[in-house]
Amino acid sequence: MQYTLSILVENQAGVLSKISGLFSRRGFNIDSLAVGVTNDPNVSRITIIANGDEYVVEQLEKQLNKLIPVIKVKRLNEGDFISRELILIKVHCAAAKRAEIIQTVEIMQAKIVDVAPSCVTVEYCECANRVNTLIDLLKPYGIREIVRTGTIAIDRGTAAVSV
Amino acid sequence: MISGAEIMVKCLEAEGVKVVFGYPGAAICPFYDKIYDSSIEHILVREEQNAAHAASGYARCSGRPGVCVATSGPGATNLITGIATAYMDSIPMVAITGQVKSDLLGRDVFQEADITGACEPFVKHSYLVKKTEDLPRVFKEAFHIASTGRQGPVLIDIPQDIQENCIDEFVYPETVNIIGYKPNTKGHAVQVKRAVEAIKNSKRPVIVAGGGVLSSGVKLKIQAFVDKTRIPLISTMMGIGVMPSDHELYLGMLGTHGTAIANRALHEADLVIVCGARLGDRAVAAPNQMSEKNTVIHIDIDPAEIGKNVKTEIPIVGDMRDVMNKLSDEIGDFVVEKQWSETVKSYQKDMKRVPKKFDGYVEPRSLVGNLSAMFHSKAILVADVGQNQIWCANNFRIREGRFLTTGGMGTMGYSIPAAVGAKFARPTRDVIVICGDGSFQMSLNELATIAGNNLNIKIIIMRNTRLGMVRELQDKLYDCRHSATILNGDPDFLKIADAYGIDHAEANSNEEAEEIIKGIVDSDKPFILVCNVYPDTPSI
Repeated sequence: MQYTLSILVENQAGVLSKISGLFSRRGFNIDSLAVGVTNDPNVSRITIIANGDEYVVEQLEKQLNKLIPVIKVKRLNEGDFISRELILIKVHCAAAKRAEIIQTVEIMQAKIVDVAPSCVTVEYCECANRVNTLIDLLKPYGIREIVRTGTIAIDRGTAAVSV
Repeated sequence: MISGAEIMVKCLEAEGVKVVFGYPGAAICPFYDKIYDSSIEHILVREEQNAAHAASGYARCSGRPGVCVATSGPGATNLITGIATAYMDSIPMVAITGQVKSDLLGRDVFQEADITGACEPFVKHSYLVKKTEDLPRVFKEAFHIASTGRQGPVLIDIPQDIQENCIDEFVYPETVNIIGYKPNTKGHAVQVKRAVEAIKNSKRPVIVAGGGVLSSGVKLKIQAFVDKTRIPLISTMMGIGVMPSDHELYLGMLGTHGTAIANRALHEADLVIVCGARLGDRAVAAPNQMSEKNTVIHIDIDPAEIGKNVKTEIPIVGDMRDVMNKLSDEIGDFVVEKQWSETVKSYQKDMKRVPKKFDGYVEPRSLVGNLSAMFHSKAILVADVGQNQIWCANNFRIREGRFLTTGGMGTMGYSIPAAVGAKFARPTRDVIVICGDGSFQMSLNELATIAGNNLNIKIIIMRNTRLGMVRELQDKLYDCRHSATILNGDPDFLKIADAYGIDHAEANSNEEAEEIIKGIVDSDKPFILVCNVYPDTPSI
């Protein structure tokens, strides 16, 4: 089972290592991790996507809550949140294939942000599934380089994870 | 103007600290220069790990966080085992380490170690102080975190320049506000009601009491609860001392090295009330089977403990004091069916065993069994780790005193330094150490601390010339191949005692040992008794 955790933490040195250390020493695996400051400059929000059964997730939430700089831990309900990650893909692009690639990029509502004689760089901001679809579509042209962020997620509607 | 080092001392004074255990070094020198003039007593141990164990013994007997101090680098890394022991045993402790100067951090300079990083898995929280101004807040928070919620060690790492820098004035904060740390101490009323219902509907309930009962100071409350409801009580290793050993409804310690009576009662119970215990693998070897058979009520201050090892039907997160008050109020006049308490009592008669004696040797289980009667009823017994620990856990007849051991971490060498701490916390109490010849040699350097401070601690060494616990394991699981468990080359412990100027004697029979002990109980000086024990004496 894959689950998404939103964690509010005090914005201070060493917090990230406390959290990643907890995952490794208790044998939990992280699929994706993203950190950024919130509207309160003293508080950062970490989004973690991890795998495990119900026992693992429950233990993980409780152990995270025990860390002093952790303010709040919330498991986001599947389907009730919006998630995004950002990817930059550098794709081989011979002149003959350029139109095809542009078409694919347009269909997916991605964006070409850089062009060179033999390659283009595509920017895409979507949920992980859509990002993976774009990668699959561009693979046949030859991918030179991929860089992607961890997923960030937010509740739909009025629900919010706040201090 | 006031320096960081002076502030550190003033913070400790403001926290009511009377004694600290430590070992100096260059990076912590500014602090040592200031504590020299203060009202706080500094006890020089002989190795830093023992400073942490002494702080642990002090904390457990005083109910206040123990404080230990070490320098940077090796001083700090030597503390780690002691800090980890306190963490696993949930003991409130504040560990203070010196650190290299801030501008040298991360450059691998002389005696630099990333101690906050190294201790991360073993501390409740840690601080690397970057500004002298932060010291009062950090100390206030550290003592608060160590001593509230589920207690544990907090580390404060302070670079030398932070100790040397001066600020205008010292103001100790009156309150603490840590946004992410608000332990829930009040047991949920609905869960308490459910628990009371379950207790009333049960036929064969038992209480399993752990270290949490002792650290929350509700020993007498839980005794009263048992007396009123007639529910039998089992303790974990850390919970020994919750009930007097001779109480008719106390069944002893559970687990792989526990009493047959306790394990049988747990096996036959239909309801288990777990109080302040985590039920690790040595307590309940197959926790899943346990919860399949009986209803589990788990009371703990740490929500993460609930459901971690044993499946729980009724969780109550809260301080034992609050929860016990509520349970006692709600339970009314309930008394468990007489048949159950009578059955349990009959086990006690049926299953008592008399240990086999060997001529020319002290039988340790019988000796420990008789020990309590020879000392004051409030005596503190500190057991080390290994067979000696099991002999003590199952045979010491505790009355109103304490039984200290490291049940969680199982750190050999714990007993002597922990006894030093216990003695400073409770100077008028009898303090007895029981250790093996293996564990004695792990901290015999602290005899200097005992001799130097003339601490009235009676040390009984159970000398079987074996690492008995591991040897027993090798007998059972490794085809009697005694790899590295024979203690060749042990020194003459009596000469060691003599070298430290500590009175001593040797015994080769229980009569002899008891005669010697009777002769020393009233002395106010330390004593070492070496008991020669038959090498094949089993743990149980």
